[in-house]
Amino acid sequence: MKELNFHAKLLEHGKISRREFMGRAAALGVTVGLASTMAGKAIAATPKKGGHFRIGIGAGASSDTMDPGLYGENFTQWMAFSTRNYLTEIDPSGTLVGELATGWSASDDATQWIFELRKGVEFHNGKTMDADDVIASYRHHMGEDSTSAMKGILEAITDMKADGPNTVVFTLREGNADFPYIASDYHIPILPSKDGVAMWEEGIGTGGYSVENFDAGVRLDMKRFPNFFKGDERAHFASGEVLIMLDQVARTNALSTGEIDCMDRSEIKTLHLLERNADIRIEETTGTQHYTLPMRCDTAPFDDNNVRMAIKLSLDREALLRTLLRGHGALGNDHPISTANLYHASELEQRVYDPDKAKWYLKQSGLDSLDVDIYLSDAAFAGAVDTGVLFKEHAAKSGINITVNQEPKDGYWGAVWMQKSWCASYWGGRPTEDWMFSVAYAAGANWNESFWDNARFNELLVIARAELDPVKRGEMYVEMQGLVRDDGGSVIPVFANYVFAMSKKVEHGPMAANWDLDGLRGMERWWFA
Amino acid sequence: MGKLAAMVARRLALGLLTLFIVSVFISLGVEFLPGDLATAVMGQSATPETIAAMRKELGLDLPLHERYIEWLWKMMHGDMGVSLANQREISELIGTRLENTLFLAMIAAVVAVPLAVTLGILAALYRYSLYDRLVNITTLSSISFPEFFVAYILVLVFAVTLGWFPSISNVSPGLGFWEHAYRVSLPALTLTLVVIAHMMRMTRAAIINLLASPYIEMAALKGMTRSRIIIKHALPNALAPIINVIVINLAYLVVGVVIVEVVFVYPGLGQLLVDSVSTRDIPVVQASAMIFAGTYILLNLTADVLSIATNPRLMHPR
Repeated sequence: MKELNFHAKLLEHGKISRREFMGRAAALGVTVGLASTMAGKAIAATPKKGGHFRIGIGAGASSDTMDPGLYGENFTQWMAFSTRNYLTEIDPSGTLVGELATGWSASDDATQWIFELRKGVEFHNGKTMDADDVIASYRHHMGEDSTSAMKGILEAITDMKADGPNTVVFTLREGNADFPYIASDYHIPILPSKDGVAMWEEGIGTGGYSVENFDAGVRLDMKRFPNFFKGDERAHFASGEVLIMLDQVARTNALSTGEIDCMDRSEIKTLHLLERNADIRIEETTGTQHYTLPMRCDTAPFDDNNVRMAIKLSLDREALLRTLLRGHGALGNDHPISTANLYHASELEQRVYDPDKAKWYLKQSGLDSLDVDIYLSDAAFAGAVDTGVLFKEHAAKSGINITVNQEPKDGYWGAVWMQKSWCASYWGGRPTEDWMFSVAYAAGANWNESFWDNARFNELLVIARAELDPVKRGEMYVEMQGLVRDDGGSVIPVFANYVFAMSKKVEHGPMAANWDLDGLRGMERWWFA
Repeated sequence: MGKLAAMVARRLALGLLTLFIVSVFISLGVEFLPGDLATAVMGQSATPETIAAMRKELGLDLPLHERYIEWLWKMMHGDMGVSLANQREISELIGTRLENTLFLAMIAAVVAVPLAVTLGILAALYRYSLYDRLVNITTLSSISFPEFFVAYILVLVFAVTLGWFPSISNVSPGLGFWEHAYRVSLPALTLTLVVIAHMMRMTRAAIINLLASPYIEMAALKGMTRSRIIIKHALPNALAPIINVIVINLAYLVVGVVIVEVVFVYPGLGQLLVDSVSTRDIPVVQASAMIFAGTYILLNLTADVLSIATNPRLMHPR
């Protein structure tokens, strides 16, 4: 055993290759299984320090700021996770763990949450993080004058108290068993505060990297923060730069020629060509990202559920998955909960293409055929217009005539989404069912894109939110997924994988799937081989 | 000379009027686009409350003419204001971008203009020969292809296959002159290919046009060599139209290179302008538009002055 361990140590330090180790282990009489496990552990254990990491991201604009309430796309999110931290974190296996908080507990009705904070955490400007900073950071997103995207969700907080410098007590308006998950949202990093006001302007945080230079819409330069509280475990690169490269071809070229080490959003149509490049590795993760085609339940003809069901049955989802995503995704079952979520209802039958059943539903609503308009733009998701054209083909067999209207990308979210009767949209998804349902499916929610109002659903939503027993919760969420599937206004045909590429020089451990680019935490999780 | 100065002064005054009219049109134009900065910045995450809060914060709830007058007042005092989107001083924001744009334009111009004029002169010298036809076909083709196509081909050949030049122009403020020039080689080459045709063919046409004149015939009868005739006798008189074409293309190099900026990810003014229109960041759009309009006006003025300067009849009118 000592001999074997000696060789394992050599492998860990890179003195011998995996193949050599396996050979030597076999010579020592060890089974391939054991040798393989040992090799895996040895290799995974050794992130190397140093190097300048360059990533090209296809999002970002000159309007980007350090204000976390306005964080929106991959660029600001990557910047957020590299330079700042949160009370909680979703780790690569999808489990919620503490980041700036070491632990938390709730009252029985889940209205009061007590978070214990990590001691001795330093901000980039030397200040030590304490409970006042946490309270100020949350307060930034609350109040009438706040422009934050989290304003609606954090309205539920009625009171925040510091119980000593390392404990924060949150009191909520109603019970929410998922509050610790909300604390991991990229919008609410912990910022340094002064007199109760969060100081966000300079980009200071507790993260592994501090901001050296920020040119909105162009680039971000970062340097490793020597007093990072995660020490050696994370943040292995010595420095990094983020380049905003909106043109996908330019990104791909830059990666192919070695100008950058990683790119986000690889083009799916040419992925098989990119794979041929021996210096590049394609990464793919299946998360909660999905595309939707919301019909307005408050507008004829979509106010009749028979019509909605007919439409849902008129799309060949398999074909869509094949053509739009080239198989890089999963089928959607007309509800937004993916296999990556805890309470995914796998028992619900997968909706399939059934033009005859669709015709039957149309007859139920007294129609022989139906003429509808759909308003699409690739601003919703890449290939949205193509999706409409495919849908038109498939739906023709049920007697549904869809007119595809192409809308301009510019101003889509203001003029088309949640305005026109039927359009397209996308969601990055949320880590918890309650969150996803609350933002987009609850009656009266700001982003209830299908304007759906189902009494039973709304009732269950509130009960399940406060329920701490996972079994009871699971049952409620399964029922709710069924309700969205069979009564809701959105056609949700596919879940889209996150597909990106990096140089083979970059290594990583198990990859998280909750967001793109390893939960957007690649900067602190990856290293150079 | 006095007449020249008077002309310049008059043209500058008209230029200012043009700038004013342009600013009014831009204001109206952006206002008529759907949405405003608040809806554009927040996109899908917008809620009625946050939109209202942002509008109040940025003064977007004031009527258009009030906002315009305030902007105009500040502008006349030399204060370009702040970007609505990220509160940065516009002068600082535009400063680096303008520098980058001018640098690229300069490098492209330094290569393109002498090359175009030389090729044009040679084409006039050897008109209707194989060389002439080849040069015409090549330059007309390069100007006919869309810019991004030319750009991608150059990237494929010179960056990906041969690896001689970088595929993206990753520049930051601290770079030295030669390093910066190296990184913009491919965009500069793309722009050169795009503008060369116009200048070369105009040079050729202007010179050939003059070759029918009596004084040229006289020079030929005197026994001068063809090259001397063209360079010493024809060219100086052809300068006026040539200068005009060069100036139009120079203006294009400053103002029209958004596509090249996108393909090579070069942080220039064109990309900033398009970006700002998307986010409806009116002060930035106005400032960029003023700069572009000003560039055209100044370059046109320079062209006219040079045309007069090279024409003795206009310089010393009786």
